[in-house]
Parts: sequence; C-alpha cells; structure tokens
Amino acid sequence: MLYWLQRNLPKIVISPSFAVIIWFVYGFVLWTFYVSFTKSKMLPRYEFWGIDQHFRLWSNPRWFNAVENLLIFTILFVLVCLLIGIILSILLDQKIRTEGFLRTIYLYPMALSFIVTGTAWKWILNPTMGLEKLLNDWGFTEFTFDWLVNRDMSIYTIVIAAVWQSSGFVMALFLAGLRSIDDEIVKAAKIDGASLYSIYLTIILPMMRPVFMSSIVILLHISIKSYDLVVALTAGGPGISSDMPAVFMTQMAFHRSEIGLASASAVMMFLTVLAIIVPYLYSELRRQDANS
Amino acid sequence: MLVKLEKLIIGFIFAFSTVSTAMAGGEAEVLHWWTSGGEAKALQVLKDDFAKKGGTWKDMPVAGGGGDAANVTLKSRIVAGDPPTASQIKGPTIQEYDEEGVVAPYHIHAVAKAENWDSLLSSQVSNHMKCDGFTKYCAAPVNIHRIDWFWANKKVLDSHGLKMPTSWDEFNAAASKLQSAGIIPFAHGGQPWQDATVFEAVLLGIGGNEFYHKAIVELDMNALSGPTMVKVFDQMRKLQGFTDKGMPGRDWNVATAMVMNGKAAFQIMGDWAKGEFSNAGLKPGVDYYCLPTPSDHGYLYNVDSFIFYGMKGKSKIDGQKALASSIMGKNFQKIFNIYKGSIPARLDVPMDEFDMCAKGSASDLKYSAMTGGLLPSFAHGMALRNAQKGAMQDVITEHFNSNMSSHEAARRLADAIQASL
Amino acid sequence: MQTLDFQKMENIERSSARKRIFYRWLLFIILGIFALYYLAPLYVMIITSLKTMEEIRQGNLMTLPREIIFDSWITAWSGRGGIDAGNVFLRPFFWNSLKMVVPAVAISTFFGALNGYALTKWRFKGDNIIFLLFLFGCFIPYQAILLPMSRTLGFLGISNSISGLVLVHTVYGLSFTTLFFRNYYISIPDEMIKAARIDGAGFFKIFFKVLIPISAPIAVVTVIWQFTNIWNDFLFGSSFSFGEAAPIQVALNNMVLTSTSVKEYNVDMAAAFIAGIPTLLVYILAGKYFIRGLTAGSVKG
Repeated sequence: MLYWLQRNLPKIVISPSFAVIIWFVYGFVLWTFYVSFTKSKMLPRYEFWGIDQHFRLWSNPRWFNAVENLLIFTILFVLVCLLIGIILSILLDQKIRTEGFLRTIYLYPMALSFIVTGTAWKWILNPTMGLEKLLNDWGFTEFTFDWLVNRDMSIYTIVIAAVWQSSGFVMALFLAGLRSIDDEIVKAAKIDGASLYSIYLTIILPMMRPVFMSSIVILLHISIKSYDLVVALTAGGPGISSDMPAVFMTQMAFHRSEIGLASASAVMMFLTVLAIIVPYLYSELRRQDANS
Repeated sequence: MLVKLEKLIIGFIFAFSTVSTAMAGGEAEVLHWWTSGGEAKALQVLKDDFAKKGGTWKDMPVAGGGGDAANVTLKSRIVAGDPPTASQIKGPTIQEYDEEGVVAPYHIHAVAKAENWDSLLSSQVSNHMKCDGFTKYCAAPVNIHRIDWFWANKKVLDSHGLKMPTSWDEFNAAASKLQSAGIIPFAHGGQPWQDATVFEAVLLGIGGNEFYHKAIVELDMNALSGPTMVKVFDQMRKLQGFTDKGMPGRDWNVATAMVMNGKAAFQIMGDWAKGEFSNAGLKPGVDYYCLPTPSDHGYLYNVDSFIFYGMKGKSKIDGQKALASSIMGKNFQKIFNIYKGSIPARLDVPMDEFDMCAKGSASDLKYSAMTGGLLPSFAHGMALRNAQKGAMQDVITEHFNSNMSSHEAARRLADAIQASL
Repeated sequence: MQTLDFQKMENIERSSARKRIFYRWLLFIILGIFALYYLAPLYVMIITSLKTMEEIRQGNLMTLPREIIFDSWITAWSGRGGIDAGNVFLRPFFWNSLKMVVPAVAISTFFGALNGYALTKWRFKGDNIIFLLFLFGCFIPYQAILLPMSRTLGFLGISNSISGLVLVHTVYGLSFTTLFFRNYYISIPDEMIKAARIDGAGFFKIFFKVLIPISAPIAVVTVIWQFTNIWNDFLFGSSFSFGEAAPIQVALNNMVLTSTSVKEYNVDMAAAFIAGIPTLLVYILAGKYFIRGLTAGSVKG
C-alpha cells in the first residue's frame, strides 16, 4: 500500500490540477462544440439542431472580414514584434551602462491593461486631438495621420498598439536567450575574423531556435485572443473594418442572441489554435525527449 | 488533501469578502449602466425612494457601450442560476428573456394590477412591459425617450440666415451652405448605434410612417430592398459628406459638444443630449434648437425599463414588488425624467416643471399616437430582437463608413435580415 | 620597417576607435528612438492627467501643463465627496483587486511548481501527454467559455464573489504556471534529485528542501506574469463579481467608458494610471529578476 502510494504520488499530486483542467478547459470546449450544433439564441439550449450554425457562419460576410483581419494582424504583429524584439535585444546586449533603465522602458507596456492602452492610444491616434494635430500645430500643416478613422488602415493602428504592448516581452525573451549563450562561441568566431554582424546572423540567431519558437507561440496566442485592444481602440470600426474573430464571437454571444452562431465561431478558433500548437509542441517534446 | 486545502482557502477568502445584507422591506440587486452625470443623479432618486420603503439596494453598475458590458454580466449571472433582482432591459428583449424561462413567475403583476398600471400607461408602452404572450406585467417603465431629434446651434444658424429645416431637402441645402462657410454641418460619432440612430430618423422622414412600420417592424423584404430604401441610403451618403474627419469612433457627447461650441451645426440624437446642453447652462429656444427631424408627425420612442427575473425567497420578492412600485411612483417619474431629459412613461404626471423640449415631446407623442406615427426605435432596441437588430446595424454602419452604393446596401440589408431569421 | 608598421597599426586603431564611437552613438540613438515610442503613451497619460479640462481643450497632446494639479488624481482615487452622488472612484475597488490577486497568484504558482516538479523529476508514462493537455489551456479564448464557467460557479455557489474569481484565475493560470515551472525544472540536473533520494528523502521533502530553494528565478517570472494578467483582467471580473465586490478594472471601466455627461479626460487618464501603478511597480522593481528568470530556463521551452 505504502509502496503503491509512493509510486503513484506524482500522479496523485497532479490529479487535482489535471481534473480541474479537464473540466474547465476540455469540458467547456466540448460544451461549446455541442452548443454550436444547437439553435441557442439568447441563452444556451440543448436540443440538437444540426450543422446549420456552421453554414450560417461561413456564409456571413462579417465573419470572413474578421478572419481576413486576423490574418493581416497576425502576420504583421508577429513579424514586427520579432524584428523589434531581436533588434532591441541585440543592441541592449552590447554591454551598455543604461541597460537596466532602457529595459524597463521597453518592458513596461506589458504591465498595463487594455483599457489603459486603449485610452492612451486612442488619444494619440485621433486625428483631431492627437499626433496629427500636434504636428499641424508645430507647422507641418500638410501632415495627416488618420489611420484610426480610415477603414482601409484601421487594422494597422491595432497592430501599432499591439506591437507597442508586446514587443518588449519578445525583447526580454531574446535578451534572456542571448545571455544564456556561451561567450566562448562568440570569442572563437571573433578570433576567426568574423564581423559582429555575421556572428549574430550566422551563429547566434540560429542558436536561438527555441526562443523563436516560444516567442512565436506566445505572440500567436495573443493575436488569436485579441479582443480587449480592438474594443478599446476602434471597437471594430470604422464600420466593421477592424473586426476580429474574438470580437465577432463576443458580439454574437452576448449582444446578438446568437449563442449557437457564436459557438460555431469559437469552435473555429479552437481548431485554429490546435492546428498551430499541436505540431509545434509535438516536435518540441520529441526534441526534448531526444535530448534527455 | 490538496483539494481540501484549496477549498479551505477559498472558503476563507469567501468569509472575508461577503457582507450579509438582509433587512425588512426586501432587497434588490439592480444591474444598470447609469454611472455618471444626469443618469447617476436620476438613479439616485430611485435608490432614495426605494430606501424610504425600507428596502436594501445593492448596486451593480457595469458601464460601457450603452449596456454592452452589462449584457455580458447579465447573461453570465442568469446562466449561473443567480440573476439579479432587476436589470435594465427594454423592448422585445424583455419577451426574449421571458421565452428563455428566466422571468416567470411574474411577481410584479400583482403590484401592477393593484396600482392599475393599465390605466396609467399608454397601451403601446404597457405592451412592451408584458410577458407570457403580452398578458402579465414583468417589467416596469421609467421613461420615454424620443430618438428623432435635431439638435442645432441657434447662433450658427442665425448668423447664416438659416431656419430649422422642415424637410430633408431643406436640410441638405442648409448643410451645403454651412459647409462652404467652413462649419461642420453635421456633428456625428461614427459608432454603429449612432449610425443606426441617424438611419432610422432618415428612414422615418423619407419613407414615412407606414414604410417605417413595414420595413423595420414587419421586416418586409420588398420594403427592405426596394427603391424607397435606396433613397434612404442616398440621404445617408449625403449626410456622410457633411461630417468631419474625426467622426469614426467618436462618443456622442463629444459630437454634442461640437454643436454647443459652434464648431458644428446639427446633430441627430435622442433627448439625453439635452443634459449636455443644460449642464453647460444653455437654454432651448435661446441657445439651441430641439426639434424633431423632418417627418410626417412620426415619433420614434425608446422606453427604458427594468425587467424583474424569477426569484425565490420572500425578501427578494418583496424587494421586487417594492422596487416596481417605486419605479412607477408619480414623484419619482417626474424627478427622474427631469434629470434624464426624457418624459415620464406615466401619462398622469404634470409637465409644468419640464423644459420646452420635453413639453414638445409630450404633446407630439399624443398626436403621433393618434395618427399612427408613434413607432418603436430599432436603433435603441425597441422594434426588433437582438439578432435582427444587429444584422441591420452591421449593414448600416458598413454603408455609412465606406463607399458602398445605395443599391448594394439595400440588397445587403434584405440579405442580412433573411440570414438572421 | 618596424616603425612604419607600428604607425600603420596606430592609424588603424585610431580609425577603428572613431568607428567605435560612431557605432556607440548610433546605438544610443536607435535605442533612444525606441524608448520614445514606448514612453509616448505614458507621457501623454501623465501630462493629460495633470491638466485642467480647459487646458486639454486648448492645447495639444504634447503641451506641458501650465501648473501641475493633482485634483484629477484625487477625484479618481477618492471621488469628489457628496456632491456627485453615484460617481465611481477607485479606492474601495483597489482593495478588492488585492484580495483577489494575492491568493490567486499564490495558489496557482504553488500548484504550478508542484506540477512542474512531478512532470519532470518523477516521469511516468503519459506525462508528456498530460503536459500537452495542460498547455492547451493557455490558448483558450476566454469569451468562449464564459457561459459554462458561470454555470459551474453557480453550481459551486460562488458565482458572485471574490472566491469565484480566485478560482477562475487559479484554474486558467495553472496552464501557464505549470508550463513555466516544467521548463525550468527540466533544465535542473536529475543527479540532484537522485542524490537526495539516496539520502532517503521522499517526494515532498525533495520538493520543499531541494527544488523550492532554487526556484526563485522562475517564481519571479511566474508571479509577475500571473499578477499582471489577473490584475488587468476585465472580462472575468465583470462577469463574476458585482457592485461593491468588483475588482478595480471593472471600476475603471465604469469611470472611463460611461458615455453620458462631459468626458473628463484628465480624471480618466489619472484613473487609468492609478489602476496601472501596482503592475508598473512590479515590473520596475522585479524587472531585473524577470530577465534573469527567463534566462534561467523558461526560454528553453
């Protein structure tokens, strides 16, 4: 008995958390999956209806628009965050004295909530109050910056604010990665006559594969979940030009009495997450197993 | 053991975070989004009145998006099986909630019968308040807002020799003149609900009362995609040309401020806009105009109301009854509506203490009710259920914020409604 | 010959020194420009909160306040007293948030550490699958599970309380905390555990005596992450707690997003800033350890 207990103690220790996850994550995902096959409107109903909600979803122009926006947003957001994060981390890694101070500046936006971020950026990007007015006041009367109110550009303002909030975190991840690289490798390359530029490009960055992977996964999860920032900054507008799937889903579920339709869109989001995460994790876990 | 520990900790926190509030006279937990300015003051009147009846008021404010945030809160409370005593719900949504079975039994119906609400309210208003196939009271109205208002800066109009327009063509002419004089003719905030507010006023004016009823209330497909609807969208496009660049996403009260300080001339907004003018010390008829948008004696109404959910426990039911009775109180309806800018839902409240806009609204209401022009506002959730309202709003806001053609917009309007049914 | 060579070298050295100074400057200019990008919103927020409404209407977003007035900060924190009945201010909600954040962070971090330990140092069949199942929890869009969550909380009888919020945040935090600790512990050599086992230490003794003492770096990362997320949450806060029990973000929302009456941008900005102070402090004070903690292992996932 005691032996059994000792053998199974790790499993027993994990089981409460595991049970909680099974219920609160998988139970709820299944619930959503089921509800997407019902006729639920105002509140969830449980009589089976069929696949109609999914057809309705994919014939809804607003949904297509939201998916397209998510694609644009995700690609730009991930690339720009990586680019800025890498550049900043490399620059900060040049043994400069003000590093601690600058790092805090780059990192602090992570600390702020979406209401705060939205309030501040809305103010800056507004053409009649913010940046445009500032530069006009300074004498650049021709200067216009109306992305926030321009339906073709509004999605990019969300990218600007989102990059502002998350790129510091990517910087931190890469800085941490750079710090864990053995100095000897760099020294050896220097002795061989390689320039700093090529050392970073050909030796160090390829070594940072895991950092790339974690950053990308973190950024992807932020972008798929992105709801708060959109609501605070543009509320999906002008029109529905900066709509996103999470905004669509919330609207349908809570303001439109379309819980069935909302669940169908949630299912699509779960599937997207699965499609991205599972292959990555699988390869990572295999790699780790091979290492250990 | 660990689960127990978790529970213990949770229980420990729970013990510290709850304060018991049981008192005689019943208790009411009220979900609302009236958290500032005149609305907060108006609600305070209700709180005081309820307290006088011996009730305990538990405030549950969730502001944001004209009730959007509160909607999320409300649904999660209902699904949790723990709805608030009352919440701010209006229009057909009342019946939608009833159909989900969360409203019955209708505890306040007894109060309504005892106080004879049927005789105190117009039949149009009282119908909105009834559940169970429009037979039993389940909600109590606090006010009647008119939506189709033109708010205009008198000085700006006077200095350009303009009068308040009585037709949309007159408005267009006046607006063009103001625009060439460097004034923003039309102050607007480009948020979907504001776009819809303008749209329904235009539709009422250009289509007429009967068309409004056919298209918006009956959702007649021919009306929705027909030539009249195209004309309505044409006028929307013209209005878009009269706005300024800062329009998208702007809050309505910022647009009102533009009219107040003379940067802009007109705004279309419900009568809560009046609060902004009177806060700034401006007088109707002297500093600004409050007149209905051009239409054939149409009147678009929005009745704010509180819905009462199915409850167990004497104290809660007592609270519901006391609250319903407070809401319908004569004195409360008067003071509340003076603060709020609307007119009382009760017909027998004397109007002498109200301003001229409210008096005008009250007399127009009576006339429109007789001539068939008294119509529910769709933009403010009085005409349609949420799914149809939302679908319609999507198309309107897409059209107004893009260069979509009027024909295309009318076609999409019908399609969207069809898909949402 | 030799002197010539020497001179040449000196030249090279001098030019490369010049080059180095140039690059140094370039480096600081680039870093400075980025610093401006990151600081601009904070700057705008702070100066706007110190202006009067009159100044806000007249000036633009960069103009400095004529005199520094803390009135809007006081209004945001403790209201204006009795005149504006019904107005929201932040003070009472601040404590609500603390009461929610502290236990939620503590519980989720503790269980994350325990799970990470069990998953890496006591490997068993299927542990990777279990870890994978945990991870998916990080990616759930929370709006999608709000309704079943309410149902569950209602069933447990904690649907309108801080305890409910603590539970919700603990549950969805578990995925992250487990991830962090697992990736940290996996880089700790198994020999340490083996040695302790030979000395006769059991599961919990090893955890508390061997692993906990060396977990400080990753604990800092986890605590910062959890603290920020929970403090900044609005969705769960507004759905599962109400009125006087609401956390600060709900109160902030009620202040900033109401759409009637004249918008007081200075008070809004002050309130937004006050609501962000605790998380800002955490980042500023613990930022150094944050990078250290990331370096120490979590990145390697």
